Amino acid sequence: MSILATIETTGVVSRVNPVAKLLAALVIAIVLLLSIDWVSAGTALVLELLLLPWAGLTARQLVVRTLPLWIAAPSSVLVTAVYGRDEGAVLVDWQVISVTEGSLSLAAAIGLRILAVGIPGIVLLATTDPTDLADGLGQVLRLPARFVLGALAGLRLVGLFMDDWRQLALARRARGVADSGGPIGALRRFGQQAFALLVLSVRRGSKLATAMEAKGFGSDEPRTWARPSVLGGRDIVLVALGAAVAAAAVTAAVVAGTWAFVLA
Amino acid sequence: MPSVSAQAGARVIARGWGWRHAGRRAHAVSALDLVIEPGERVLLLGASGAGKSTLLAGLAGVLGGDEDGDSEGELLVDGREPASQRGRVGLVLQDPDSQVVLARVGDDVAFGCENLAVPRDEIWRRVHESLEAVGLDLPLGASTTELSGGQKQRLALAGALAMRPGLLLLDEPTANLDPAGVVEVRDAVARVSESTGATLVVVEHRVSVWLPVVDRVVVLAAGGGVLADGRPDDVLRAQRDTLTTAGVWVPGVDLPVPSRRRVVGEPLLEATGLAVGRRGARGPAVAADIDLRVVAGRAVAVTGANGAGKSTLALTVAGLLPPVGGRFAASPALAAGAGTSPIRWRPRELLTRIGTVFQDPEHQFLSTTLRRELAVGPRALAVPGPEIDGRVDALLERLRLDHLAAANPFTLSGGEKRRLSVATILASRPSVLVLDEPTFGQDARTWRELVAFLAELLDDGRAVVAVTHDADLVSALADDVLDLSSRGAA
Repeated sequence: MSILATIETTGVVSRVNPVAKLLAALVIAIVLLLSIDWVSAGTALVLELLLLPWAGLTARQLVVRTLPLWIAAPSSVLVTAVYGRDEGAVLVDWQVISVTEGSLSLAAAIGLRILAVGIPGIVLLATTDPTDLADGLGQVLRLPARFVLGALAGLRLVGLFMDDWRQLALARRARGVADSGGPIGALRRFGQQAFALLVLSVRRGSKLATAMEAKGFGSDEPRTWARPSVLGGRDIVLVALGAAVAAAAVTAAVVAGTWAFVLA
Repeated sequence: MPSVSAQAGARVIARGWGWRHAGRRAHAVSALDLVIEPGERVLLLGASGAGKSTLLAGLAGVLGGDEDGDSEGELLVDGREPASQRGRVGLVLQDPDSQVVLARVGDDVAFGCENLAVPRDEIWRRVHESLEAVGLDLPLGASTTELSGGQKQRLALAGALAMRPGLLLLDEPTANLDPAGVVEVRDAVARVSESTGATLVVVEHRVSVWLPVVDRVVVLAAGGGVLADGRPDDVLRAQRDTLTTAGVWVPGVDLPVPSRRRVVGEPLLEATGLAVGRRGARGPAVAADIDLRVVAGRAVAVTGANGAGKSTLALTVAGLLPPVGGRFAASPALAAGAGTSPIRWRPRELLTRIGTVFQDPEHQFLSTTLRRELAVGPRALAVPGPEIDGRVDALLERLRLDHLAAANPFTLSGGEKRRLSVATILASRPSVLVLDEPTFGQDARTWRELVAFLAELLDDGRAVVAVTHDADLVSALADDVLDLSSRGAA
């Protein structure tokens, strides 16, 4: 669970409303998805890296949490460079593999985009307590409590599922079925174990739902919130920063002449 | 005693009430006539399947609507339908893990109040009061995941209490707890019902635990309606035999101590200075310096407080987790050519040597019918078909499961699941049987059957290692006791 657990942070970011973090990350993500070019994504990424020291995470925590991005970005660069739509001068041509100027710039645009969209998202998730996020979604954004709190309660079950999964694996060895059939047998057993986990999860989920319903959850009556969640000055600053990063990215791309609106 | 402000107790009335779950032919409850006066404290008993939990769910208003089942007659709390009385009824369920809604203690207690639209300041006042009333002395920000079972149940009680209910319903609240947890929760309930005056209905097999708290016992009849109702002593005296047969732990009824031949055979497993842990051979140890001998024909009970490492020891002895330190070896008699280290045995080699019954039976079910479930082990061992049928039939009959041969294991009752999980392991005829809390949450009938069955296996020359909190099981069966908590292990 440690890789998913919320990192306790101190300093400015820990006092920012999760909804503000979400909005800032969303603004950048939406704007960057409007065009596929390397200048806008590159500009956003550079600005984000400049802001990272204020994210409240240590270098080690940052590296560990963003590891999936550092795997996803280079591999999509490679795949796009080799198999992307060919355009412009041919740089490498060998059997089915061809790298052109066009596919290379597309690869850079996609790789940088994964990082520029992913890093704010991951920093948001790593530094946000799920309960605080749910409070914000319910009170600031006024999303339906039934949906927000249902998801929050479900999230809490994930830790139990991990324990269940380990017990299921041990139990399969104890039943004498953990080693037959080679790779196909292993795949089949994985499927069966996953199904068993699903059955257990549904049971746990329905018990939790009963407990929640007995506490008055799930009706359409209005509810109160025990923990206040409001947007303050520093929250507005963060959203403005997100918007500024997005605006700078668009401006740079338009000026450089690389902006290519995907819907145009 | 904190002043949880008094709320008048609720009055419960059932008039010819019944409920049939959607898709079931038989009614779970039928023709029930019952009046519970405000402030009464009722222990609700009855055989498994008599509809105790269904009645509680009905009173809590969580049975659902028309698509979930059909109701008949009337069931009223304070003269109104329970579902329209949000917050008037508090419910605590059996499984401590499935009732925690939020990650922090204070937030979890506040959850019910929020749903009832209680003003914010008032919520936090109630949270403090309720935590104090159930004796949970924890910071509001404490993590709910790290609580013990007894603490989780008291947390659930505090959450219900914060809604200021007039009716408190407890569905086997202590069945999954160790003895210390049982007393914690029982005492918290006693204090709370004393100070709030709320009407209380408890379902629980272990009668002696709840007798000091309740002033009335109601026994539901298996075929519908009420079998007996009155003062606890009177009802228990008059219904002693019926209740004992139904699996209720009636105080004063002696538990059987099976007679055994006590033939002592060869040593099968031996641990010296063993350290055990959950995270692989190089991970941290949760218990160390354990000396243990498992001998054919003898039963070892492993006891100790929660967190002492009992289950981890059981899984290590069972050849499922690698030892973290010390020596743990199978004797040549048990190994029979498979090597001395059980963790290195192949699953099929393990089957005939050491069998493990997990604490939660559902973790080890693999098939869609009981018959197929029992055949899994023998089939992995390539036992010939006719012999598999013979073994399966014998086990089904011996454990009174023959009428369920075609049923899905997941649809069985708690007691049936426990018997099946023992049977699935025995179908492979292991020399050593390792059981983790085999009597947890079981009624008295299943308990007696399990003890008799284990005694037979011991006479048969098999060895038994049982992790247990159950003092009765230890005195009925154990030849040796290994107490992990007296060793100062973490």
